[in-house]
Amino acid sequence: MRFKTATSPHILRETGVGQVMRRVLYAMAPGIAALAWFFGWGVLVNLTLATVVALVAETLMLAARGKPLALHLGDCSAVVTAWLLAAALPSLAPWWLTALGVAFAIVVAKHLYGGLGYNPFNPAMVGYVVLLISFPREMSTWPIPHGVGQAHVLGLPETLEIVFGGAGRLVVDGLTGATPLDVLRTQLGLGLTVTEIRNSPVFGIVSGSGWEWAALGFLAGGLWLVYIRAADWRIPAGMLGGLAAIATVFYLVDPQRYAPPWFHVWSGAAIFGAFFIATDPVTASTTPRGRLIYGAGIGVLVYVIRAFGGYPDGVAFAVLLMNIAAPTIDLYTQPRVFGARGR
Amino acid sequence: MSALFPFHGGLKTVRHKIESNQGSILAGPLPRQLTVPLRQHIGAIAKPLVQAGDRVLKGQMIGQADGYISAAVHAPSSGMVTAVESRPVPHPSGLPDACVIIDTDGEERWIERQAVDYRRLHSSEVRGALRNAGVVGLGGAVFPSAVKLNPGGHDKSLDTLILNGAECEPWITCDDRLMRERAAGIVAGLHVMVHLLEPREVLIGIEDDKPDAAAAMTAACAGTGYQVRVVPTRYPSGSVKQLVHLLTGKEIPFDGLPADIGVQCFNVATAHAVHRAIDFGEPVLSRVVTVTGQVAQPGNVEVLLGTPFAALVELCGGYWDGVERLIMGGPMMGFALHDDGVPVTKATNCILAAGAEALPPEQPPMPCIRCGACVEVCPANLLPQQLYWHARAKEFDKAQDYHLFSCIECGCCSTVCPSHIPLVQFYRYAKNEIWAQEKEKQKAELARQRHQARLERLEREQKEREAKLRQKTPPRPVPAAKALEVDQLPIEAAVARARPERGAAPVDEPQPSVAVTADGAERDG
Repeated sequence: MRFKTATSPHILRETGVGQVMRRVLYAMAPGIAALAWFFGWGVLVNLTLATVVALVAETLMLAARGKPLALHLGDCSAVVTAWLLAAALPSLAPWWLTALGVAFAIVVAKHLYGGLGYNPFNPAMVGYVVLLISFPREMSTWPIPHGVGQAHVLGLPETLEIVFGGAGRLVVDGLTGATPLDVLRTQLGLGLTVTEIRNSPVFGIVSGSGWEWAALGFLAGGLWLVYIRAADWRIPAGMLGGLAAIATVFYLVDPQRYAPPWFHVWSGAAIFGAFFIATDPVTASTTPRGRLIYGAGIGVLVYVIRAFGGYPDGVAFAVLLMNIAAPTIDLYTQPRVFGARGR
Repeated sequence: MSALFPFHGGLKTVRHKIESNQGSILAGPLPRQLTVPLRQHIGAIAKPLVQAGDRVLKGQMIGQADGYISAAVHAPSSGMVTAVESRPVPHPSGLPDACVIIDTDGEERWIERQAVDYRRLHSSEVRGALRNAGVVGLGGAVFPSAVKLNPGGHDKSLDTLILNGAECEPWITCDDRLMRERAAGIVAGLHVMVHLLEPREVLIGIEDDKPDAAAAMTAACAGTGYQVRVVPTRYPSGSVKQLVHLLTGKEIPFDGLPADIGVQCFNVATAHAVHRAIDFGEPVLSRVVTVTGQVAQPGNVEVLLGTPFAALVELCGGYWDGVERLIMGGPMMGFALHDDGVPVTKATNCILAAGAEALPPEQPPMPCIRCGACVEVCPANLLPQQLYWHARAKEFDKAQDYHLFSCIECGCCSTVCPSHIPLVQFYRYAKNEIWAQEKEKQKAELARQRHQARLERLEREQKEREAKLRQKTPPRPVPAAKALEVDQLPIEAAVARARPERGAAPVDEPQPSVAVTADGAERDG
């Protein structure tokens, strides 16, 4: 009797790139729900719009590159990019801002840079940085979170009108305000102390009101990702550890000029970035020790940008900067091979 | 319970042991024809001692060990040799190899068997007896045991002798059954090994999914000082490097041998074969084979070497429908066979008729997303994704920088890869390319040396001729026969000159690195 042959191993785990990516999407759900609660329908509108644009861009690029459509669309990587970017955009951003960012992320930062597995930079963060540099005003126009003295709560029709019709009404109605990190930055610049600034209503229990609950949601989802091993614990541990460490040093030096470490860890995109952005395996370091270093580098850079740079938050820049360093980190952090002489 | 030293990586795999480990070891069939390969071991192929038409007795040596790293081959039953020729054998290459074909007479007439009094004889004589009995590692690596039982080659005294009963591959249960049913025989063989190697301690490693085997071995070891260590069920704990680490905390150097760190490791079935050879004078004529998967009555069978797989499957009730792959060995490291007409050899520990539900659905590979799942499971602590990257790009130097040759091809990385990349296949490819390149280099070097020698010879001859012309003397009349001899002299001299050169740079000598890998790679399946 004759049989077909194949090489070992003959058993495989039931896993796949699509499964990994879908798990990232599930893990984002609690954080996104919290964002939607505090910042309104706009969060979900952004998410939907970004998903549609990403899938269209992905399809066109796959077709142009002659890749099998069903296989690659099924890997959900484009949707992950779309969600990561959408979650980072202001919730009432005009439609073209979201569309442009996502399209740039998929077309240029993902496919033109090599496609899935080959792109050197985190596509969502490239898209984000392109928008941040090109449209600083639109990118810093965040609505005031729910429960912090908004004029009124926007319904879905109003939200759609603002997103697709123009943002003019926002300013008029006093719906937007500075983000907590922005407030901290500008007021420190005016010579106020951290304690004085913290009295502003934009701050909540640990960090920004509303924001801190979103951070909690992303932490829950992120810990789940780590628990099921869809993300390596070393990257978030390195990043949050690095951020906390440098923040502690400066906080101890002058607690009135530098915000406490728990504020930094819980503010802005730190938690979200640590579990969802820095952990993008394609662009991160791949060695165990390297991932700790890579994460710590991001954490330190985030702090440096926040405290001394030109932007209130710095996760996107920090991630991109460490993306460049990842291959070098990998080269110098190779694990000791089993049986290598000397330890 | 002593401390264990867990190794990095590894996997919890599906087990599928229960299918075949319930019944006791069955006696195999006596097929009408046996196809006995002359190469059933690592090292030089055995020299055939018989030819077509010879009558052979059961246990008669039909192939003689050729050189130090080689092993003898015997007639598994009595009968008539009908041919000595190339036949298909179970080998990943699918290439045929030299076999002795024996038509059995059904009488099972034995040679005269004689036990070896190993305590009285010199250890080299005991090793000689094992070599002549064809004892090789029965865990699957089939390295000649006599070589490993020679402590003389190493300055370091032996600290630990390890008996490998881990049997970490899914589906395989032949060692499990052997330990349950023939523990006394295994321990008797162990006594011989201990006598030859004089280790400080003897450890027997058994995975915790085989409590009955561990109990049987513990009972058999009572009063001997040999210690049974139950280890967690984690693939590949049966790989020598991993088992040694697990039990002793020592790492076998990646470019060295277990003996370098004072450890030697044998499979339990090998110990049993030693016992039969020494205490009964029976060479290795059969082995226990697990027949499992999509067969009607899975189980373990003691099979005569040379029995076709098909006959064995028939004994186990034949195939169920839907057998997609016939695998020799386990699903992690075994290889798929084209045909079930090939014979059982000393390396055949398992025949797995894998159905669709045991095999993964074919999935097209996706790009590597560098997730590092492979790094987490690699027991050699390699960076499989980097090896893949360089192997794929044919950057073999870089692949070697990332310790390609430390890869034991256990298959863990391929198993967990979410992109379904056949990683191990890439490493095998890279290794083969590197070996081929090295052979090419050697050939080129040899050709260069030959060319150089030829130029020198021509030059020398030219000078000799010129010298002759200068001191030209009138030719003496010589008889025709004598003249011929004179003419032949330079030729003979040239031949004599060429001989040592050839001896100095043998072409076909196996590469030391190959032998090292083979020895270090013994595992249970």
